[in-house]
This record gives sequence, C-alpha cells and structure tokens, in this order.
Amino acid sequence: MPEPNGHGAPGGGTAGAGDGDGHRFASLTMVPRAATRSAAKDLKSDQEVRWCPGCGDYAILAAFQAFLPELEVPRENIVVISGIGCSSRLPYYVDSYGMHSIHGRAPAIATGLAASRPDLSVWVITGDGDALSIGGNHLIHALRRNVNIKILLFNNRIYGLTKGQYSPTSERGKVTKSTPFGSLDHPFNPVSLALGADASFVARTIDSDRRHLTSVLRAAADHQGAAFIEIYQNCPIFNDDAFAPLKEAGATAERLIKLEHGEPVRFAGGSKGLRFGRHGQLEAVEVTAAEEDTLITHDAHRADPSYAFALSRLDTADFRHTPVGVFRQVEQPSYDQLMAEQIDAARSRSGPGDLAALLAGNDTWEVS
Amino acid sequence: MTKQVQKLDHVIIRFAGDSGDGMQLAGDRFTQETAVFGNDLSTMPNFPAEIRAPAGTLAGVSSFQLQFADHDILTPGDAPDVLIAMNPAALKSNLKDLPPGRDLIVNTDEFTKRNLTKVGYEGSPLEDDSLEPYNVHAVPITSMTVKALEEYDITRKDAERAKNMFALGMMSWLYDRPAEGTLSFLKAKFAGKPEIMAANVAAFQAGWNFGETTEAFSVRYEVKPAPLAPGTYRNISGNTALAYGLVAASQLAGLPLFLGSYPITPASDILHELAKHKRFGVRTFQAEDEIAAVGSALGASFGGSLAVTSTSGPGMLLKAETVGLAVSVELPLIVCDIQRAGPSTGMPTKTEQADLLQAMFGRNGESPVPVIAPASPADCFNAAIEAARIAVKYRTPVILLSDGYLANGSEPWRIPDTASLPDLSQEFAFAEPAGPDNDGDAGEFEPFRRDPVTLARPWAVPGTPGLEHRIGGIEKADITGTISYDPDNHDRMVRLRQAKIDGIAADLAPVEVDDPDGAARLLVLGWGSTFGSIGAAVRRARKAGHSVAQAHLRHLNPFPPNLADVLRRYDQVLVPEINLGQLALVLRGRFLVDVISYNQVRGLPFRAAELASVIEDVIRHA
Repeated sequence: MPEPNGHGAPGGGTAGAGDGDGHRFASLTMVPRAATRSAAKDLKSDQEVRWCPGCGDYAILAAFQAFLPELEVPRENIVVISGIGCSSRLPYYVDSYGMHSIHGRAPAIATGLAASRPDLSVWVITGDGDALSIGGNHLIHALRRNVNIKILLFNNRIYGLTKGQYSPTSERGKVTKSTPFGSLDHPFNPVSLALGADASFVARTIDSDRRHLTSVLRAAADHQGAAFIEIYQNCPIFNDDAFAPLKEAGATAERLIKLEHGEPVRFAGGSKGLRFGRHGQLEAVEVTAAEEDTLITHDAHRADPSYAFALSRLDTADFRHTPVGVFRQVEQPSYDQLMAEQIDAARSRSGPGDLAALLAGNDTWEVS
Repeated sequence: MTKQVQKLDHVIIRFAGDSGDGMQLAGDRFTQETAVFGNDLSTMPNFPAEIRAPAGTLAGVSSFQLQFADHDILTPGDAPDVLIAMNPAALKSNLKDLPPGRDLIVNTDEFTKRNLTKVGYEGSPLEDDSLEPYNVHAVPITSMTVKALEEYDITRKDAERAKNMFALGMMSWLYDRPAEGTLSFLKAKFAGKPEIMAANVAAFQAGWNFGETTEAFSVRYEVKPAPLAPGTYRNISGNTALAYGLVAASQLAGLPLFLGSYPITPASDILHELAKHKRFGVRTFQAEDEIAAVGSALGASFGGSLAVTSTSGPGMLLKAETVGLAVSVELPLIVCDIQRAGPSTGMPTKTEQADLLQAMFGRNGESPVPVIAPASPADCFNAAIEAARIAVKYRTPVILLSDGYLANGSEPWRIPDTASLPDLSQEFAFAEPAGPDNDGDAGEFEPFRRDPVTLARPWAVPGTPGLEHRIGGIEKADITGTISYDPDNHDRMVRLRQAKIDGIAADLAPVEVDDPDGAARLLVLGWGSTFGSIGAAVRRARKAGHSVAQAHLRHLNPFPPNLADVLRRYDQVLVPEINLGQLALVLRGRFLVDVISYNQVRGLPFRAAELASVIEDVIRHA
C-alpha cells in the first residue's frame, strides 16, 4: 500500500505535482508519470462544446482541462466517465479516454474500471439528477467502498436536459413544469449525503470561483480513494441565479465560509467564527477575544465524520452560511488496492493458478 | 448373514426430507461415491426457496434425485426406484412419483401424531394399507442414530442431525458404494469439531452396519461401472463448470477475468466459485444491485478485462439497459442468465427456459445480441468458453442461457486436456498504439472503423497512447465514432450492428443431426437443458421401432448456418421447450416452418417417458 500522503493540506493548494519537489498526487501512486507535461489545449477534443451560452459547465470544463496537466499523467491514462444529463456531455470535450454512459450508472461503470485498472486516473462527471436521483444507490456505494475515483457532481438544482423539472436538490415549493403548484419533496444536501455514506473525501466548490474550484480538484487528486466534490453550477436557462446569494460582491463574505485545514474558521472579513452549540450543532458567532478559545479550527482529517456533518448542516436554502472547501479527508485503503492485495496475497501464499489442477479438483477417477 | 446380490443396469434414488435434514448433502455425497465408483450418473436437487420453512411441513420438503447406471444416461430419471422419506411431509409430497412395487424406505421415528397432523394425515400411513403397493422398509433412523452416538459428547440435537449420515451409510451399503470419499469428506468438513466429526463418521458406519445386518433388506444391489471413454473424470455441476469455463477462457485469452454480480438464486454459486480463484487474478465484485453488477463489468471490459456478469431472469431485466449500452459501444461482455421459473420472482429454485425472448429482444431499439445455451451441466464449461470467444472476437455482449436444472444438477465430466482447449488469444487483439507518424492528434483514431471480415470495431483500451476516444450510448458516426444524429448514418449503424451479429453464423459449427437410419421424417429440435430428456425420449421412441431425428441448438442467435436446410429436410419438426413456445416462435418467424411446439412449465425438466409418448403421437398422426 502506498504511503499516506503527508504533504500539503487538502484544499490548501500546495500539493500540486508541479511544485518541483517530486511529490505525486496520492491517487496516482499506481499511474505512470508523463514524460512531458501536457498543456490544457492537449486535453481539448475536436468536438464543439454544445452547452447553452452562459452555462456554468463551461467554467468547470475550462478549470478541469487546465488542471489535468498538473497530474503529470499521460493523457491516455486519464478516463472520464459520465452518466446522462447536461454535465455528462463533458467527456466528449476532453481528449482522453471517456465514456458517456447511462443515466445514474457512471459510478458503477467507473468502479469496474478503477478496480481492474489501478494505473488509470478515473474521473466521474455527474449532475444532481444523475447522481442523487436515478443513480443515488451507485453513488453511496462507490463512496462507502472508497473506490479510487473522483466524482464531480454539478449541482444546478434542476433538470436541464429534459427542460426544467425540479431535481432532488431543488428547494421545496419549487415551481417547475412538473410541479406547477410547487414541489413537495424535501431536498438532499449532497455533502451531508456523502458524509452519511462515510465518504473519505467530501468537498464543495462553486463554478464561478476558478481558483477555489482548482484547489479542490487538486485536493481530490491528492486523495487515495473516492473523492466527492459538489460543484454549485448555474443553469442560466431553467434555474438562473440559483446561487446568486453566494456571488453578490457584498454578501459573499457574510455567507461563504472557506474551509482551510488547520486554520480557524473565519468569515465576514474575519469577524465571525463557528462554535459548537449545546446539541452538537455548529453556530456562527462574532469573534471576540473572550470567546476565541471556544471557536473551532477546521480539521478535515477527523476520523469521526460528525464534525464534518455539522459543518454541512450550516448550508440552508437561503445560503445564510455556506461552507466551501474540503469538509473531510481521511486516509483509508482504497477498494482497488484491497482487491489487488487479495490477489497478491493468494499468489504469494500458493503461487499463480494452475488451470489443469483447478479443473481436476480433488475427487477424480480414471477410466482406461 | 450373506445377502443375495441382484444386478441392475440402472437405479433412480430419491432422498427426501425436511430442509433441515441434510438431504442435499446426503445426495451430494452419494453422487460423489457413485462417480468415483465409475457409474454414469445424472442428478437433480429440488429444494424450496425458503431456507428453513417451518419444520415438518410440505413447503419445507427438500429432495435430491439421482440416476446411475452401467451405461451412458442422459437424465436424472423420471420416477424413482427407491424413495427415502425422512418424515411424513417428504412421504406425502413424493409418494405420487413412486411407481408401485418399488422400494420405499421410511424413517418411522418422525411419524408422530403431531408430524402427521401437520401434513394432513389422519392416521399413520405406516399403519393402514395405503403403502401396500410398495416394498416398504420401516427403519427408525433417528432413534438408531441417537443410540449409536450415545458414547459421544454431543447434544441430542447434534446426534439427531447426523441421521442423514446414517441414511447415507445405509444406502451406500445397499448399493455397494465406496465409502472412503465420504469419510475423508467428513474429516475435512468437521476438522475443527472433532466430536461432531467422530459422531458423523459413526452415524455413517452405523447405517452401513444396519444395512448389512438387518432383515429389512434381503437384497443388495450391484450396478457395474459404465464403459465411459478413457480419461480422468470428476463429477461437476453446471454452475461450477460455468465458473471453470470462465477462468479457462480468461487464461486462454490472456485477459484478466472480472465478474460483477449480485446474489440471486440460482446463479450465486458462480460468484461463490469465482471468488475463490484469486490466484488466477480473478476479480469478483459483489455489487450493490444488478445494474451496478453489469455496469462494473462493462467498465472492466472498457479497461481490457474479460468481463462477466451472472444473474437470473429478474436480474436480466435490470441489466437490459447496460447490455444495450454494450451493444452500442461494442465492447465484449458475457452475461450469464441462469434461468428460473418466472414471471417476476416466480419460483426461484425451479427451472425454466422462458428467458429466450427476453435475451433476444429485451432491449430498446434494434439491439442484437448473440445468445448461446449449454446442453448439460458439464457442457456449461464449453459454453462459457464459446461465449467468451464470440464476445472478444466480435466485441459484443453475449448472453449465455443456463438454467436452474443445469446449474445445480451434476454429471461425470471427462476433464479436458488444457492443451486441447481453443487458443482465444488468436481471436482478438487490442488496438495498437498510434505510431510516430500518427501521433494521435484529435480525430485521427477511428474507433468505429470495422474489421472487414468480423465487422468488429477496435478494442482500444485506456492507457494506449494515440487512441484516446470517447464512446457512449448516443448514436455514433460510422468510422469516426463522434456523436451523430444524421438519419442515414443511423440507418447504416443499425444495419452494421445487425450485420455484425448475423455474420457470426459463418463462424459457427453447423448443427448436427442425429438420424441413425436416415429414414426419419420427424426432427425433434431442442435447445439448452432439455438435451438430456429429449435424447432419452428419442432413444425410447427408437427402441419402440420409430425413426426419429434429433438436433440440439447451442446457438440461438444467430442460428447455425445450416439450420434452414435442416428444418426443411423433415416433414415435421417437434420443438419441446420448458416455456410456452419461445424458440418455436422465432423459428416460425425466421424460417416460415410450422414447427410443432410442445410445452411444459412445471419448474421441472421433462420426463423422458412423457416426451417419448409425445414423439410417438406426432409420428402416429403424421
């Protein structure tokens, strides 16, 4: 098993492969290293990108393509697998290996690929309908198994490709074509869901903040096992400005809580912090000298996910407080590693398989 | 006491008891002893889906039937010559199958008032004249077992549980079976529990000795070994043979084996078996559901594994969407459907052949998939290798239709010389990396440029430089593989995918017709697990003086190239199926031949005698 990565803080943006000290991203220990570092343009396919003008997907694609060369992996060892939906068209635009598969099933298909090919860097592109509705089962199981795949969930809180029905992350009461009197469903909080599935890496970022988005991609690549990244993504056609409260110049500082491992959690220009309330919940408070000791410092590496879960519950429909960054990153053996270890152990115990011996078994008789 | 020895050419034995009575184990061991002795044999386990139905009830009866002979046989037999009934429920539910004059061994200890009432007997059949037609051997099996184990430091419950070994010992004596295998089996099975081991061995020996000394059995039987072809043999069940075939195919192709599966009766044993063979580099993945099972396999296939998923009918429904994707992206995939009685949950432990049309047509759009079926338990080995050959050579999903009868039934298998198995590595090649002149600039690799002969597209696995490409379920442009909504392109791609599958026919062995005197005007045509019953029925009809031809289909899609000729050569074609006429429907549609469909859907294989009379009826009314 590879050494746990002790270098760089997740979300801190210091763990790049290109930082000159020979560090490799933790998820790539079995992946060959590229002889030369490719450029973002090398990862662009010849296909015309066909999202609506102004779609948040463009910004995510650009950040993703610009980031991939940092992996220093030959592009033929990168595989992007998606389900169905607007976001799931992304693999067509990345000049590596890719599969645009079936609605909701990308984590399952990626699991088979990653479990059998640890020499690949496998990325899953999905949306809120794809991952949380039709594919909810595959998502939680891929996370609990800790398969070495990086899941980018584009959350626009709406069904885009089918033209505007409410999604499992739409706020209750959402008026859409399929819910003219308002939706009745209580929405999922994707970060809470992933933490509930014991995901070993859980993060959130926003399409409009490229620097932050890239830092989260970097942290995910530096995680051995399943990484879950929720990306708030704007759909300008069917759910425009869904995340506007997080993008307004003045309001952002008050609402957005940027998590940095090992740093005190501060927002509103440093004037506010978080502390635990009486029932284990987190609450925002003014930072005062007297209270400083009770305020929390972000620790993404806690084995117990309760704190990360409490962080995820700060996010409310009105975006009063929305943490972004890496909620949780804990070291656990990944599924493909464990699977390979079982094979290695069986072979070192009793040698490689002998077909003739297998077919014969223990109870034979001769007819002459 | 020296007993009279009576020579027999075949015997059909049925062990029947409560689900907790260990009848399957007794049957398995008796089978193994019989195999080692050198008889030809065929078995049929029959058990409820409930793990432990309430004890002593009709719903909880579990049975194991075995035919063995001094000549080659094809089925586990229609009706038992000997029935061992371990309780009133087993007697009640199995007696109707026992012809008058045959042996009935009854465990009298279980015929208590309570047990009798449970299954609706007003009085004990042992005490009235209802069993008069049979040759009854009343044996207090439970109490004799307990008495024999008095010396051992085990609970009464454990002592009672060893009664199946007493029964096995008694039967092993009666038919002169070699006991060494069972004794060493018990030693290995209970290696960690020496008292239980010793008790089971003692129970077996007590049963053997009882047979030898009791006056309940005046005759001991002898069934000589069968003159099988020379070689090394073992006994094998269909699911084990299928799993071995997959391991062999992986070795023969030089591809790592990946199985994505979700537990389902009667397919789970394939997952269990393959999970053992890590030394062969086999990766088994127990998925969260049937969809993820096949999805993971498709992902592994994209990565260059020999990828398999195993399931039964209800799982096939859930996998249909992914099989459709595999058709569209043209990647190898082996889908093993171990059919069971349906629709819906149906009867999970009972056999049926009713998934043929689902396999052929159960997807949206024009979605052709090769379909093949094994004919016997041991033949599952060959069928698995053939499924792999077609999958890798033509880059297509292949559906293998086994069923519950083949899966759990067993027969002697002449172990093949591994050097004689086909070299699958010659059937395909991964696409080569782009050369220095073709550095893989966007658009240069053509993932849907087909081999001119097989029409297979390149299998370009991730990690190969210069072949980066994207595939998916959206229609692709011919040759380049980019997304295309062009009407003419779609028409071309639909026809190309169909032509690829149809073209496999040229690569198949012609169907062989068994028509010994060449005078037959009736052909009996079957597929899958009915091979044994049809073969036995045809033998009977021939013995009765009729000319009958028999042919059996391994390939259901495409059909072998000579099938049209074969069908037209006969005045009549009889198609027996354990469904309501699914192959018959396809044959009529494809060949305009008005085949006669004979159908039963009882969850059991055909009885050879019944089929023989159907054959004779057809000939008589021709």
